[in-house]
Amino acid sequence: MSILIDKYTKVLVQGITGSFGARHTRLSIEYGTRIVGGVTPGKGGQKFDDAVPIFDTVSAAMRETGATATAIFVPPAFAADAILEAADAGVSIIVCITEGIPVMDMMRVKAMLADSKSRLIGPNCPGLVTPGYDEKSHGGCRIGIAPGYIHKRGNVGVVSRSGTLTYEAVWQLTQLGYGQSTCVGIGGDPINGTSHLDVLKLFNEDPETEAIIMIGEIGGTAEVEAARWAKEHCRKPIAGFIAGATAPAGRRMGHAGAIVGGKEDTAQAKKKILAECGIAIAETPSVMAKTLLERWGK
Amino acid sequence: MNIHEYQAKELFDRFGVPSPKGKVAATPKEAYDAAKWLAVKNLVVKAQVHAGGRGKGVFKSGFKGGVHLVDSPEAAREAAASMLGEVLVTKQTGEAGRLVRKVMVTESVSISRELYLAILMDRQSCQPVIIISTEGGMDIEEVAEKSPEKILREHVNPLAGLQAYQVRKLCQNLGLDTTARQFGRLLHALYKLFTDCDCSMVEINPVVITTDDHVYALDAKFNFDDNALYRHPDISAMRDKDEEDPREVAASMYDLNYIGLDGNIACLVNGAGLAMATMDIIKHHGGDPANFLDVGGGASKEQVRAAFKIILGDPNVKGVFINIFGGIMDCNVVAEGVVSAARETGLSLPLVVRLEGNNVDAGKATLAASGLNIVSAGDMDDGARKIVAAVA
Repeated sequence: MSILIDKYTKVLVQGITGSFGARHTRLSIEYGTRIVGGVTPGKGGQKFDDAVPIFDTVSAAMRETGATATAIFVPPAFAADAILEAADAGVSIIVCITEGIPVMDMMRVKAMLADSKSRLIGPNCPGLVTPGYDEKSHGGCRIGIAPGYIHKRGNVGVVSRSGTLTYEAVWQLTQLGYGQSTCVGIGGDPINGTSHLDVLKLFNEDPETEAIIMIGEIGGTAEVEAARWAKEHCRKPIAGFIAGATAPAGRRMGHAGAIVGGKEDTAQAKKKILAECGIAIAETPSVMAKTLLERWGK
Repeated sequence: MNIHEYQAKELFDRFGVPSPKGKVAATPKEAYDAAKWLAVKNLVVKAQVHAGGRGKGVFKSGFKGGVHLVDSPEAAREAAASMLGEVLVTKQTGEAGRLVRKVMVTESVSISRELYLAILMDRQSCQPVIIISTEGGMDIEEVAEKSPEKILREHVNPLAGLQAYQVRKLCQNLGLDTTARQFGRLLHALYKLFTDCDCSMVEINPVVITTDDHVYALDAKFNFDDNALYRHPDISAMRDKDEEDPREVAASMYDLNYIGLDGNIACLVNGAGLAMATMDIIKHHGGDPANFLDVGGGASKEQVRAAFKIILGDPNVKGVFINIFGGIMDCNVVAEGVVSAARETGLSLPLVVRLEGNNVDAGKATLAASGLNIVSAGDMDDGARKIVAAVA
């Protein structure tokens, strides 16, 4: 088992003909992901790399391919529309990689998706990986931009706002011989589709996931909400890291969501609450895996 | 992005948010003309800088106060002459202060009541929230701590927009009577401005109710969503690069995320999360980061080179730590960018490089073959320790 996606998941790519989308589609196919179609308005009927059929609309792609997930690589100005189109077509898992979507657009998308059956992951995220059992973890499902080879199939669930910090944690685990069930990048924007808490709940119910690494940042209260829930309900050991202890207040640290506004969204405040909720805190980003293994009793 | 008070007034005028009549002036003569045009007895002359605390600020010339009440065009000219071309130091500018290039001359109003009003994006509910405090003119954080009951909050459904009943409710809770309609109009206009201009925050402190029952926005602070500026060329044009850190201006030309800090260890990292974490680990080992710098996931050799030059442009820098986890990014591209920039700048400072990931062996080979004095690090902890030791 894994969460959200596995090697059987049929995946679409919206924006498959753009250079970024095309590059990562090839890497996903190489990894073993079942990319069943692409969507680029105006290019319906063509084929991507002579293999993957391209459709004009998501609903046509859904009808023809039976996909249940989509990866969105369209430019920021068109991303809100792409997400809503995927939801309208009934795609279950919508992964939006696009960075730089206006907050006002995401606010409306979030409100529109309130009663939708679709789950949005991101935006501004590295996507999802459920590693496979083959060499370099191939044979799994990769949706997004994460490097496949750093993974290894196993029992640790990883959830993070930041891409590179996810890779850091995954690589540490892999080097110590521990694999991952699923790695979820939820994105660095202030408004996103899936929260740390949503992912913790999924990991808690997943029999394959035995332990969890949760990586957060300054800004907002999402990590704190997840920790408070975990204290009461989570049956699995969790290690956490919060980036941005040295960030000055009021400055946007790269991610639109990484900005200290009040007293409670500083790294120090979050670490304190996480620790109080029973989460083992990694003091530095280089000991995320080690901290988990200690808590896990490995 | 931030804007000046006089630019905020332009937006207020466009959207129908009432504010006192006024004009911006770049010379004492223009200030005199503006005062003449206003043709009122009581005037205010305000220095235009992107920093709060102007009223209590002091100019380096010794002249006190960035906000002056005057009673004639001549006095307005004199106040403007004392401010223009001078450096104003306030509690928010730091010791360096800010050069005043413009002043705003407005009519002065007689105040009977002050309110605090803000609209901002609430991350938790993913909706805009209107915040009003009856303690206008005071710091909102202080009010929130000492008397939270004085703060009203109203969330707005982004799909429906601000409803009339919400405005009536707020006016009633504020005890507004004869001025309720005017305040309501201001609120509706401000909400429209907030959404139409893609603001992440607009704060008016204070909104005043005058002794003759007028409602005015007196001072305003705007924050715009940088991601949405592409669709607001008029607002982008309000950007005042003179008010920004020149290093940050240079970085933005190369699409680099750079924030200058006070330390002496420059950092060059890919990814915002890893960049923050790199600063944290330097601090953890007793060092002090000079900057936040995220070169992004697909940086070119040119971007890396530009980034390297920008961080070295900081005179406080005593050493450089490059921390790259090249997931998809090619480590060798980073290595080539670093080598070419180090040669070009004749780098003499300690340089610690941690490379991991895609094509890492080629990257390490490029660094080794360069003949430069580069210390390589096994992981980020090792790298942080080495750079901290090197600058100590």
